[in-house]
Amino acid sequence: MKINGKAHKFGNHINTDDIIAAKYLDSQDDSFLGSKCMENIDAGFIGRVRSGDIMIAGDNFGCGSSREHAPVSIMGCGIALVIAKSFARIFYRNSINRGLPILVCAKVDQIKNGDSLDIDLEEGTIKNLTTGKIFKSEKFPEFMQEIIEAKGLISWIKKKSRRKR
Amino acid sequence: MGFTLAEKILINHTSSKKLEDFIYPKVDFCFGNDITAPLAIKEFIKAGFKSVAYPDRVGFICDHFTPARDATAANNVVMLREFAKRFKIKNFYDIQHCGIEHAFTIEQGLIRPGHIVIGADSHTCTGGAVGAFATGVGSTDLAAAIKNGHCWFKVPPTIKFVYKGKKNKWISGKDLILHTIGKIGVDGALYKVMEFSGPVIRKISMDDRLAMSNMAIEAGGKAGLIEPDETTFAYLKQIQGKNFKFNKSMLKLKGDKDAKYDDVIEIDVAKIEPTVSCPHLPSNAKAVSSLRKVKLDQVVIGSCTNGRITDLRIAAKILKKRKVKDGTRTIIFPATPTVYLQAEKEGLLKIFVQSGCVVSPPTCGPCLGGHSGILGKGEVALATTNRNFVGRMGSPDSFVYLSSPAVAAASALKGRITHPEEVA
Repeated sequence: MKINGKAHKFGNHINTDDIIAAKYLDSQDDSFLGSKCMENIDAGFIGRVRSGDIMIAGDNFGCGSSREHAPVSIMGCGIALVIAKSFARIFYRNSINRGLPILVCAKVDQIKNGDSLDIDLEEGTIKNLTTGKIFKSEKFPEFMQEIIEAKGLISWIKKKSRRKR
Repeated sequence: MGFTLAEKILINHTSSKKLEDFIYPKVDFCFGNDITAPLAIKEFIKAGFKSVAYPDRVGFICDHFTPARDATAANNVVMLREFAKRFKIKNFYDIQHCGIEHAFTIEQGLIRPGHIVIGADSHTCTGGAVGAFATGVGSTDLAAAIKNGHCWFKVPPTIKFVYKGKKNKWISGKDLILHTIGKIGVDGALYKVMEFSGPVIRKISMDDRLAMSNMAIEAGGKAGLIEPDETTFAYLKQIQGKNFKFNKSMLKLKGDKDAKYDDVIEIDVAKIEPTVSCPHLPSNAKAVSSLRKVKLDQVVIGSCTNGRITDLRIAAKILKKRKVKDGTRTIIFPATPTVYLQAEKEGLLKIFVQSGCVVSPPTCGPCLGGHSGILGKGEVALATTNRNFVGRMGSPDSFVYLSSPAVAAASALKGRITHPEEVA
């Protein structure tokens, strides 16, 4: 899959309360949760983001609570991919389970807010069209790649049970 | 080569009995609450699933936005109740039966030594204090586990923390964990198990241990394990009564001498002062004496971290026959109805009310800015909870400090952050 969009940059330790405030967690609606994305730390984000854009962050993105409303909110506002230096554990598995594409890349410092990016998810290549630089993201372990390829945990277990039969 | 405690529990649950990078074991118990389980149920239904493999291993605990703060919250509880009825899930708990999930599940014996437990709530790691591999997951993981009873794990490395030395009388498990997170940072144990050990851990109470395991996630930890011992078994026997069935295999829940640790970190507790984590990260840990000028609009004592009976006892001891500072709202949240009743029996609730505190029913309430104690713009709170992110307890322009119950109670009396010694 190829993704082309604008970079929205955030810092280190962006937590799930930053991504979607707890007061909204009684909703399971993608577009409502999407409309509140990043509200606590960047109220203007929702006005700037366009469908297909890319979120860039530093270390430990998605730390804090286990709320899957966080990746749901990110997908709900149109973000197609998150690239970070590292992800918090539960956010990482929630994204894989739910099918939100994520990439781990140590060189996100070389991406600026508003840069135009071209990403090849299968190859794991990130091309910064604004600067012309190309980076490689880290490979996923084989087991996770299986879930990613199935487009999420639910389809993965469905496939698995079909195989058993 | 030997195994760590976490590795042993995980291996015990695999059919190959071998240590692999990824495992897909059956879990002993999986649960969610009134905000995470509805999302899981929606996934379950969307997937077209029509059966639950092990209804007895599934639990729904309504603790976050309950007693229902509004109609949407009430509808979520209705959704869980109906799903539970349809699939014969007997572990559905509404407010009169449960209280905060991470206190309740252990009280109830749903989490036991040696178990693998997943909860759609990050503080599921609390169960590590009784020697269970208990870890927080998301709603899709929960939906899948409800369906087929399994969950995937990457086998994690373990960092061993060894607590040594003689601690000051005001140092609780909460101070130890805040200090530890301050030392290693909010991603200091990312993807790893934190194992708390050493002579100090052997001496502290279970409620102190539970507070430590509860906050492993605040350092990025996958679990916060403590080897079960006589203290653990005595505690479980006392709180679970007949539900607790000791078996000899529990004595084997120890890391091997030649186990391979990612790191071993020794901490001399004699050097630790009562500790407060400042806004807006749990790792901003400072000595209480350096924060004496911080004035407080609200104090919160309770939660899955510090809402157990020994937490309430120490708070009541400090508040007894005194008044909280005018202008500092002080709210007490016993973690479960059992804790609430015990506090009533011991006269603690009376002490709280007489000192000017408000006693709430058991709920997660203000800890995550849900209800029953939300902060307004510019307000400052000291809480015995576990997170102090931007807007965590309400307005994005409010401030949360984290502490032990002793520091919180002393601070309520003075209306500013206070060392308990000042009011002792």
